[in-house]
Amino acid sequence: MEMLSGAEMVVRSLQDEGIEHIFGYPGGSVLDIYDAIFQSDEIEHFLVRHEQAAVHMADAYSRSTGKVGCVLVTAGPGATNCITGIATAYMDSIPLVVLSGQVPTFWIGDDAFQETDMIGVSRPVVKHSFSCRTAEDIPKAIKKAFYIASTGRPGPVVIDLPKDVQNPLNKFPYEYPESVSLRSYNPTLSGHKGQIKRAVSALVGAKKPVLYVGGGAIIANASKQVLQLAEKLNLPVTNTLMGLGAFPGEHEQFIGMLGMHGTYEANKSMHNADLIFACGARFDDRVTNNVDKFCPNAKIMHIDIDPTSISKNIHADLPIVGSVEVVLQQMLDLIDETNAMNDSNDINAWWDQINEWRAKDCLAYKTCDTHIKPQQVIECLYKVTKGDAIVTSDVGQHQMVAAQYYPFKEPRQWINSGGAGTMGFGLPAAMGCKIAHPDRPVVCVTGDGSIQMNIQELSTCMQYNIPVVILLLNNRSLGMVKQWQKMFYGGRQSHSYMDSVPDFVKLSEAYNHIGIKVDTIDELEPALTRAFELKERVVFVDVAIDPEEHVYPMQVKFGSMEDMYLSKTEQTDA
Amino acid sequence: MRRIISVLIENESGSLARVVGLFAQRGYNIESLTVSPTNDNTLSRMTITTDVVDNATLEQMMKQLHKLVDVLRVSELTQTPHVERELLLLKVRTVGPEAREEVKRTSDIYRGQIVDITQNLYTIQLTGAGSKLDAFVATMDECSEIVEIVRSGVCGIARGDKSLRA
Repeated sequence: MEMLSGAEMVVRSLQDEGIEHIFGYPGGSVLDIYDAIFQSDEIEHFLVRHEQAAVHMADAYSRSTGKVGCVLVTAGPGATNCITGIATAYMDSIPLVVLSGQVPTFWIGDDAFQETDMIGVSRPVVKHSFSCRTAEDIPKAIKKAFYIASTGRPGPVVIDLPKDVQNPLNKFPYEYPESVSLRSYNPTLSGHKGQIKRAVSALVGAKKPVLYVGGGAIIANASKQVLQLAEKLNLPVTNTLMGLGAFPGEHEQFIGMLGMHGTYEANKSMHNADLIFACGARFDDRVTNNVDKFCPNAKIMHIDIDPTSISKNIHADLPIVGSVEVVLQQMLDLIDETNAMNDSNDINAWWDQINEWRAKDCLAYKTCDTHIKPQQVIECLYKVTKGDAIVTSDVGQHQMVAAQYYPFKEPRQWINSGGAGTMGFGLPAAMGCKIAHPDRPVVCVTGDGSIQMNIQELSTCMQYNIPVVILLLNNRSLGMVKQWQKMFYGGRQSHSYMDSVPDFVKLSEAYNHIGIKVDTIDELEPALTRAFELKERVVFVDVAIDPEEHVYPMQVKFGSMEDMYLSKTEQTDA
Repeated sequence: MRRIISVLIENESGSLARVVGLFAQRGYNIESLTVSPTNDNTLSRMTITTDVVDNATLEQMMKQLHKLVDVLRVSELTQTPHVERELLLLKVRTVGPEAREEVKRTSDIYRGQIVDITQNLYTIQLTGAGSKLDAFVATMDECSEIVEIVRSGVCGIARGDKSLRA
């Protein structure tokens, strides 16, 4: 049997797991692993400028491909800098394996240099974690980590690697396990047959159904089944922020995103539905608004692979534990077998009602001569990229506008931090996507607050030539904070200004990238066209937008789903 | 409402921290917790007593426990016939033969055992349901001075055929 050191085992195990790309930052307690990486031709490592960005890159690499993202960092601050990234992945159920160095086992507990209890610090935001106390633990821990991260409801797994365990002088027999089985962990994939029957009969019997599809449908690769079911029964489909792309954004049956900044028709349809069929969505507070007023006449059917998501916020009348893909396929098969069909008169009447709500055209906005509106920027982005770009975003107004005005054609095309709402996610996320998809246009839609939270990664882009487009909707303020302050805090703009926004064009040039400033609407399309034509370069497009623009629709706090502000002056009847 | 949850979990470093962390993180209340290895020492058995506002919270708590990768089985004891026991060790100060006699008599009535004696101190061991232990402590408080008290927390097991195994 081959004899390897602990450090070599780490690298070999990753190779045997099929890992091609890894994101990280070296330091004292992982020097042996970095030395082993140096000698490996199979794994490409990307050195970031801050560990948080390494995790976001691995995270978006995973979101855009479905593979597991992998991170390697040193002990102490290297590990703790990852926490925001890990929490971001955890909230959105993204499979990651984070390898963090640790002080030697014989120093653990002594407050040694760069010692942090990473297992303890990360515990609330990981799916699981392992600490390797001997070199022989390493291959097994890595195999289990990838298995746990990628199965069931995916999530991040941390592996703690003390320095003495990596020692290059001590060699042990190496064997990478072929399979893994854990007696305490067996995720349910297929749905209970009785529940499938009941679900089909409830669905075809519904007069006002809504298919409410979340990120779980993307993770489970269930888009095909969602489309088939929706088309077969002529169901209206709404997506959550995390679910955008699971159903084609330009499909006639797509009624838009739902929730806090969802469309009028999506929120109205939900509130007035008699059946809500949740597929891989978790009734987040940004969707439901006030749970006591949530969809008063609807029966709730809910597929989720994670039993804790079912009946957590909203009681499910018909719960189905399983993978969205497998369960929907079971339902489609049963529908085919039994020729189950809904009443087209009922559904047509429901569509008449929905189309009436649609006619309100809630995403219409007024343009003005003096300022560029953020909506115009996203519409222009859609036009220039023909709707084919992978779009990442940061967090705030620009994120909501991108979600509302760029109809995503396919899953894994829209990459954003939905659950955690992590500012600083967008740029490293775009880089992770570009590394995974070098031939596709990748754009980071960002704001002047968010972009400055991980702007140091412009340096990583330079080092590895990762040619992403950065589209900055620059309103010289923390737009979403300011919107709330204007609406609910008497207009007192407490610390929502950015008095010292830098010259982003010069900043980009300092990193040897191309910066383009856009001040008028006439400059917008040529600038974006040029940005995507310069395929080999990072292009930073800084667009000055109307600082007073708000995001609408917006649900009224403590209201039902259908209570919305539609503009600065218009509100639905309370 | 008071509930007793039994958990069968991998006996590995960090397992207990994950359970305790879960309760803290999700705002669940732990009244008592006992844990020790089973006859198969790769497994630990935990008994957690908690106070929940409703069944939905209990259900969510049990699902969250089960979601922990280390956890094999979770069950709730109070809704079916079960046995629950707690161990109490109580150290009391007694002055004079009369008081000492009273302590001895009360312990006997509760079927407690005196496990240690000094000139002025009696240490009494008592097992039983929590309510019995409460009553005993209250009585002893009247006839002696309580110096020290330690309770093990609840251990529970279902009656009859029902069992929690890997």
